[in-house]
Amino acid sequence: MDINRLRQIKEETFKSVGNRATHSALTGMNYDRQVLVCGSTGCSSNNSQKIRQRLAELVAERGLDRVHVGQTGCFGLCAAGPVVVVYPDGTFYSHVKPEDAEEIVDSHLVNNVEVQRLLYVDADGKTKPFDEIESYCRQLRHALRNCGVIDPENIDEYIARDGYFALYKALTEMSRDEVIDTVTASGLRGRGGAGFLTGRKWKFTKEAQGDKKFVCCNADEGDPGAFMDRSVLEGDPHCVIEAMEIAAYAVGADQGYVYVRAEYPIAVQRLAIAIEQARNYGLLGKNIFGTDFSFDLEIRLGAGAFVCGEETALMTSIEGHRGEPRPRPPFPAEKGLFGKPTLLNNVETYANVAQIILNGAESYNTIGTERSKGTKVFALGGKINNTGLVEIPMGTTLKEIIYDIGGGIPNGKKFKAAQTGGPSGGCIPASYQDIPIDYESLASIGSMMGSGGLIVLDEDNCMVDIAKFYLQFTVDESCGKCTPCRIGTRRLYEMLCKVTDGKATLEDLDKMEQLCYYIKDNSLCGLGQSAPNPVLSTLKYFREEYIAHIVEKRCPAGVCKALLKYEIDPSKCKGCTLCARNCPVGAIDGAVREPHRIDPDKCIKCGLCASNCRFGAIVKA
Amino acid sequence: MKGSTLPFDGTPEQEQALRLKLRELKTKEGALMPAMQFAQGLYGYLPYEVQSIIADELGVTLSEVYGVATFYSQFSLYPKGKYRIGICLGTACYVNGSQAIYDRLRQILGIDSGECTEDRLFSLDATRCVGCCGMAPVMTVNDDVYGRIKPDDVEKILDKYRRA
Repeated sequence: MDINRLRQIKEETFKSVGNRATHSALTGMNYDRQVLVCGSTGCSSNNSQKIRQRLAELVAERGLDRVHVGQTGCFGLCAAGPVVVVYPDGTFYSHVKPEDAEEIVDSHLVNNVEVQRLLYVDADGKTKPFDEIESYCRQLRHALRNCGVIDPENIDEYIARDGYFALYKALTEMSRDEVIDTVTASGLRGRGGAGFLTGRKWKFTKEAQGDKKFVCCNADEGDPGAFMDRSVLEGDPHCVIEAMEIAAYAVGADQGYVYVRAEYPIAVQRLAIAIEQARNYGLLGKNIFGTDFSFDLEIRLGAGAFVCGEETALMTSIEGHRGEPRPRPPFPAEKGLFGKPTLLNNVETYANVAQIILNGAESYNTIGTERSKGTKVFALGGKINNTGLVEIPMGTTLKEIIYDIGGGIPNGKKFKAAQTGGPSGGCIPASYQDIPIDYESLASIGSMMGSGGLIVLDEDNCMVDIAKFYLQFTVDESCGKCTPCRIGTRRLYEMLCKVTDGKATLEDLDKMEQLCYYIKDNSLCGLGQSAPNPVLSTLKYFREEYIAHIVEKRCPAGVCKALLKYEIDPSKCKGCTLCARNCPVGAIDGAVREPHRIDPDKCIKCGLCASNCRFGAIVKA
Repeated sequence: MKGSTLPFDGTPEQEQALRLKLRELKTKEGALMPAMQFAQGLYGYLPYEVQSIIADELGVTLSEVYGVATFYSQFSLYPKGKYRIGICLGTACYVNGSQAIYDRLRQILGIDSGECTEDRLFSLDATRCVGCCGMAPVMTVNDDVYGRIKPDDVEKILDKYRRA
């Protein structure tokens, strides 16, 4: 591959992809219409592959050779999936089924009439072009710039969007120090959670002495509810490969590993295809662009251990051992994989690199807040209308994310808290919804940026139960190497169980806090050091809920089973006997057409009666 | 050593394929995990017999293979059912009530997470986030995904596979 060939591919392919993500009618294009179907995990699990096949078949049958049907990565609005977008119209079809394909082709593509019933309805009740949707136009797509635009399985489409030009620029026009200085000046910080300055990490690895160095990518996205890295790999795998090559050039490595969780089969497959295509083009391998830089890349699959997201554990796992962390120092930059200096960055961090090299540090460091530059991708989940993937400039407030972009809380419920940073993070109460989202602000209120999972909780969620949920996760995932984490998290979990069972005392709360700080201060790795955060932050902001469980023996949100009581409202009960017949333990009795009664000693609080009652007579007390 | 009590039913062809692959992997650095992932793909799980072959070919101790097998949740010492049920207990599904669905599954099938029914029809796994939080709570049966389900839907879904 040389630069002329790269430019030629770009020009040729632009004719096929140039009129995507734009309404302007370009001339000299190969297609008049682009029908793009989301092929990421969320939409694929809802049959989007079948939708695409059917659309392609019908387009061929009708002889529409000026229409292109293609797959892309995630558009972001997973809650509206499966998603089909038609350019240049910008038509946004949501919840599409394979049997809708015929109507889309015949009505829209043949007769130019949009299929009204499939159009996405925005928060204001109107249908509009994709890029004018409220939740979309407030975003700034930097790391996700190609997601939803290109076919991730076609390297030419990546090249058409300036792909591999940053690598060329770095290899031929920039010294290794210039590359590192540019990344440092951009202010890019690690998107995996801790937020270490990326350029500085690169510098340390470059300066380390070693006959062999490695560059690794952490794609072991393990936080429950987080799927940013998966979406990048599924939607734009080449941007990670290109960035890893730039990093390898800068630090002096010739071999790379992507450690990706096996639970992401589509991401693994697309990455494998991308590596193969890059090799075939000579963009991976020996003497890239005719320089003396050589680099190759291998995928290593994780096997379901959360701790392997920790950098030293990840390397131990690539080496083929139990993924246990090791003490630092020595840091991976000095002594990492197979004992060699190793650079490790997360997927989203890499996804920003090529654009920074291509457009300069200023293109990036002018976005964001003073100490947190650029954008951040969040995976919105939980009690929120627009579940999905969003990318926002650093400094956007939580309120904007939840209400303007996320579309608010479903069913008119009240926003209670947002959980960021997964099992390592904390809960931000609704009273802090005006806080700008950046590394420092989140840390100052006892949460953390984390990798970007953002789970919204409403009034029906019990905060003690949420803390317990995360602790159970940590107990399961603690690797067992160090005692404070292995035993400490288990004791902490048991204390939380005491609270939710209504058996704790107020003294236990103090003991819990003490134990939290003990675990934080004494654990070996980040997993243990951050494991108490969900407990500490809920204790700080929702202490009254803990106290209600302890003193009043009551769960205010009505979640904790041991403190729940199901009762039948005699004025509403018609005596239909449905609840009694469905009760698995025979706890309900009463005569036909007479109000029934639940025996609290027999009741296992399964809730089956309440979900079956047609008269709303069974209430949680 | 923990493991399945169901009899091992590997074929000589499987063993040959495994040994061939192991000899190819042996030259790689850090070959143990890719080797075990291949073996599990071949047999569906990693019984004692298979772990022994891996140890033998790669020149590592059986205890090391067993150590890695028990560390990672994806490696299974138990066989999987014809229909592998996964119930997501990730945050989004959990706050939308997936625990109640999981409880109902355990009650109906009489097995816990990681186990297989005696007729080898169903196995059950409580999983982490499967990635389609927009459909929470989510249950999967092999490659079929069931979203926005309620505990009362469980019996109906299982019946579909019992009759298949």
